[in-house]
Amino acid sequence: MNAERVELTLTVNGEPRAVAVEPRKTLADTLREDCGLTGTHLGCEHGVCGACTVLVDDEPVRSCLMFAVQCSGVEIRTVEGLADGDRLHPIQQAFWEHHGLQCGFCTPGFLMLATSVLEARPDIGDEELREVLASNLCRCTGYQNIITSVHAARDQMRP
Amino acid sequence: MSWTGRSLRRFEDPALVRGLGRFVADVADNHTGARHAAFVRSPVPAGRIRSIEAPAGASVFTAASFSGIGTICARLDRPDFVPLETPVLASDAVRHQGEPVALVVAGSRAEAEDLAEQVIVDIEATRPVLDAAAATDPDAPAVHRGLDMPMGNNVVLDARFATDELEAAFEAADEIVEIEIRAHRQNALPIEARGAMAAHDPGTGRTTLTAANQMPHMLRTALADILNVPEAELRVVTPEVGGAFGQKMCVPREYVALVAAARLLNTTIAWIEDRSENLLASWHSRDHSYRLAGAFSRGGALLGLDADIVCNIGAYSNYPVTFGVEPLMALAELPGPYRLSQYRVRSRAVTTNLCPIAPYRGVSRPVLTLAMERLIDTAARRLGLDPVRVRRTNLVTEFPYSMPTGLPVDPGSYSETLETAVEAVDLEGFRRRQQQAAAQGRYLGIGFSVFGERTGYGTPAFAARAMEITPGYETVRLEMNPSGDVTARIGASPHGQGLATALSQLLADELGVEPRQVAVVHGDTDAAPYGWGTFASRSMVIAGGATKLAGQRLAARLKEIAAHHLEASPDDIRLEQGSATVAGTSIGMALPEIARLAHHSSHRLPGDMEPGLAVSATYDPAGTFSNACHAAVVEVDPDTGAVCLERFVVIADAGVEVNPMIVEGQIHGGVTQGIANALYEELVVDGDGNLLTASLMDFLPPTACEIPDIEVTHIQTVTDASITGAKGVGEGGAIGAPAAVLNAISDALAPLGIEVNEMPATPSRLRELIRQAVPASTAETAAAGG
Amino acid sequence: MKPAAFDYRAPRTLEEALGLLREHQDEAKVLAGGQSLVPAMNFRLARPAVLVDIARVPGLDRIDLDDPGSVTVGARVRHLDLEHNTIPGPLGVLLARTGRWVGHYPIRVRGTFGGSLAHADPAAEWCALACALDAEIHCRSANGARVVEACDFFEQMAFTTCLAPDELLMGVRLPSLGDSWGVGMAEFARRWGDFAIVLAIAAVERDGDSVARARIALGGVAGGPVRAAHAEAALSGRAATPESVAAAAAAAAEEVDPTGDIHGSADYRRDLVRTMVTRALNQALA
Repeated sequence: MNAERVELTLTVNGEPRAVAVEPRKTLADTLREDCGLTGTHLGCEHGVCGACTVLVDDEPVRSCLMFAVQCSGVEIRTVEGLADGDRLHPIQQAFWEHHGLQCGFCTPGFLMLATSVLEARPDIGDEELREVLASNLCRCTGYQNIITSVHAARDQMRP
Repeated sequence: MSWTGRSLRRFEDPALVRGLGRFVADVADNHTGARHAAFVRSPVPAGRIRSIEAPAGASVFTAASFSGIGTICARLDRPDFVPLETPVLASDAVRHQGEPVALVVAGSRAEAEDLAEQVIVDIEATRPVLDAAAATDPDAPAVHRGLDMPMGNNVVLDARFATDELEAAFEAADEIVEIEIRAHRQNALPIEARGAMAAHDPGTGRTTLTAANQMPHMLRTALADILNVPEAELRVVTPEVGGAFGQKMCVPREYVALVAAARLLNTTIAWIEDRSENLLASWHSRDHSYRLAGAFSRGGALLGLDADIVCNIGAYSNYPVTFGVEPLMALAELPGPYRLSQYRVRSRAVTTNLCPIAPYRGVSRPVLTLAMERLIDTAARRLGLDPVRVRRTNLVTEFPYSMPTGLPVDPGSYSETLETAVEAVDLEGFRRRQQQAAAQGRYLGIGFSVFGERTGYGTPAFAARAMEITPGYETVRLEMNPSGDVTARIGASPHGQGLATALSQLLADELGVEPRQVAVVHGDTDAAPYGWGTFASRSMVIAGGATKLAGQRLAARLKEIAAHHLEASPDDIRLEQGSATVAGTSIGMALPEIARLAHHSSHRLPGDMEPGLAVSATYDPAGTFSNACHAAVVEVDPDTGAVCLERFVVIADAGVEVNPMIVEGQIHGGVTQGIANALYEELVVDGDGNLLTASLMDFLPPTACEIPDIEVTHIQTVTDASITGAKGVGEGGAIGAPAAVLNAISDALAPLGIEVNEMPATPSRLRELIRQAVPASTAETAAAGG
Repeated sequence: MKPAAFDYRAPRTLEEALGLLREHQDEAKVLAGGQSLVPAMNFRLARPAVLVDIARVPGLDRIDLDDPGSVTVGARVRHLDLEHNTIPGPLGVLLARTGRWVGHYPIRVRGTFGGSLAHADPAAEWCALACALDAEIHCRSANGARVVEACDFFEQMAFTTCLAPDELLMGVRLPSLGDSWGVGMAEFARRWGDFAIVLAIAAVERDGDSVARARIALGGVAGGPVRAAHAEAALSGRAATPESVAAAAAAAAEEVDPTGDIHGSADYRRDLVRTMVTRALNQALA
């Protein structure tokens, strides 16, 4: 077996990142350890909790279930890429205003999940939106304020 | 206008929504050169270690490497308590699956896991004892061989209490209602598992432990005691903590091992617990059995209560509160908000070959509330009375009230919350709807739960439990800096509660500054005063009280300085909008001016006032009770046993709400965990002690699709038991929800004669009860109709 | 929970992929969406020496509608693409309805149809669907191609298929269901997005008021998906009434032999079979 590192270039939040990683290194660990982007959190490492959700080519994925070596040639977006300088993204602003977070650990995953679905389907209905948000686990908020926050962001983000 | 009572947005949030919050794994991953640890864990629940073989040259630590290091042990000073010692790493015996046997250190977590696989642990497995009742059998294996158990095999606490006339009360009763309640084993499951990074600095000889933890000072003391190191050589830092709920309160053996290894290797080592370890061997919770007998009059008055409580506390104790917290809290608080004069209780802790138990949101109260509320509903059904009426008959309405165990209950709104809930759910309308649904073969039900949440208990309350380490007070050190802004250093250790925002609101009111001018420093033993951390719904009551006292002291100093310079009486000085002004005039001084003077021109201070603007205050209250009534409306699918929560109503009384948005968030989160406990979450072990629910595919925290919107109404009863008027609200949601849900399910299934007394009430359990209650032919017809 | 080390290969042609599988045999695992394989690797329950990523192998991600009698779904077609498919008629409806029950949205973004079949979780929706529709599973190795009937593809042992170590699942041919067919799908899971405890897939061909043919498959009741042959027989040729649905559901509950686990006893699963078959058939006949 090969523990040798593979050199590859990831595109994260629009910027190229050259990394050298073992094939077994997940995208999540690579973002955290090799790109210094520790906003992507790990809550279960088996694809259930969704804390590690990032966008790959604008679609939400569990970054604990992808290896970095699978990611050349794709566009990766993480929570660190949401805000525009000092200006929070509408989804970040909405979570802040509507108390959509408590400890904040699961928050980056929810923000990325919500961003992707609102970008792809700005008019998504409440019921379907709840089903999408059920992809990720939160232990603090009881989800209610997360849902309220995403509804508010939906109104803001509609073109 | 007062800042207290406003739903101010949290100062904590901007960093968190940007992904810039630093949790312990983030600290470790941003620390160049940190090494990573993994633990070799026992695959069996009981056995004796024959040998441990590690690859040559590898960094592997076993109990033998840690000679001279003590065990983890906290004590209660009472004759019915057997202290259990936890070795940092298992030395001769292993007592639960997942128990750490060796610590390995490598360059990355993946490499540490590779190395851990190469460590060969030879264990002679022995017969485990898993069930608390079976463990007390004299022939059952002893979990701690050689330890004297005078109260019975594996019985480590056997507490009793009785009033004088219980038997007479039972003789006088019209109806004696007996129920058995079972609350299965659960996991608090913060989304961030535990983790720590120990960094030893050979230059200073100091070790810093950055840890996901709720009690940083307590952890420092424990490390010093166990490692036999001066406390001043240790620093504990809690960065952002990703939820805790009690699981990050007690001292983990892994953290102790990590510090010991970092000191031996002169390096920095991180251990980030993975979900597999977390489910298997972090801390488990609940696992209680209750047998209750209630003596009732025909009219529904509760005349006497007889209880036998058994808590399966697993293989070891916890530090600092010990396993005693489970049975002793149940013993002291079982009667809840119901008037009761005759009470007898026996409450035991039994050790078994399962993962140790630690407090989890509500500790014993979710279960004792479930027990009492199920007793009330069962009695009502037996007596042919409305459960609401039985509650009305028995709820405490006059204050102060003293529980049979002597616990004082300060003013609350037990009846008001019940009546408000009855209105909110439109009970009469619901009963009509329930009947119409029944005619269509549908099973709707409603359940209530009324409870008190004992919060903010200081030293006297913990002392009553005879704890060797007696928590309670909180200290706040407050300083106005030369630039006029304020730094508050607190011993509490918030981890998601938004305490920094709420305390800044209190201080803004006391000092006449803006909340954003207040920085709250916590979670660093080098920077914060000694304190007990954040647990037990205590922080707003106790740290909040200390903050208010400190704010008052600082305000007095500011007024005295201003009065001196403005030639006025301190009583006439008002602190408002960043200035100290003479009441009724425009004469005043800006606070930064006073601050600058106090620090940099201290010769101009009045009399013998000391330089600077630092004050300190400590608050140590006796405790208070917040209270609430929960109401759940459910529909049970008789074919699948699935429960659909149609509505969940909370009437909450947490006293003064400093930040109502935060209070409501705590209620949402607590109720959600209560629903999760009631319906979804259970750690299951097989007969050999193997954990079967070892992933989040099998241990089931609910998602947004399982949790309804929670409708909260607020009542604020004034109390003088808390100087802020706040009563604490962190646990109430989790305490009340299971009882409301199980009462609602029982109400729904009442036509089938079913009472649900086991939590979680899983679909398979409910379907089993339904199958037993309904002849198969009926069920088939029902299914065909579905 | 970090995977054991492995070699990673990302072949760009089918020949290259098949060559790697032939070379490494049991040591190799095919990586498609990875939504089941990677969790197993993170737990170190799966530890392939070589991971053959088929993401770059051309031609596996198409839904082929060219043949009027059938639809061929490429192995790498994602759950999400089936959930939002444009396949006409009842087959499209059934695939969309079933797709919605496969995991959560981010899982459906990555997870693939072929991967699900090759993984063969006994409670997987696609396995039961393939079995219900007598799908043809197209397999290929360096030595040649073969076609396996779905019900023969799954061994009655969890996570086991007849796919040889050097074979790649290429795609799945499903019958186009004409307009005389009705379809239904019912699943019971503890939480939204979880694997089923029990699921039922039904496709029913109507002939006026009666049922010409019924196809019913179940998941979660055995080591692999199973056809409820007695239930199908109880319905075929009968009038489409609540009574015949009830009889079929009872027959299904009778003919399965489930084992219990932490989510439910054998009796519980049997009860769920009756309920899920009832619900799936009611949809199919609606």
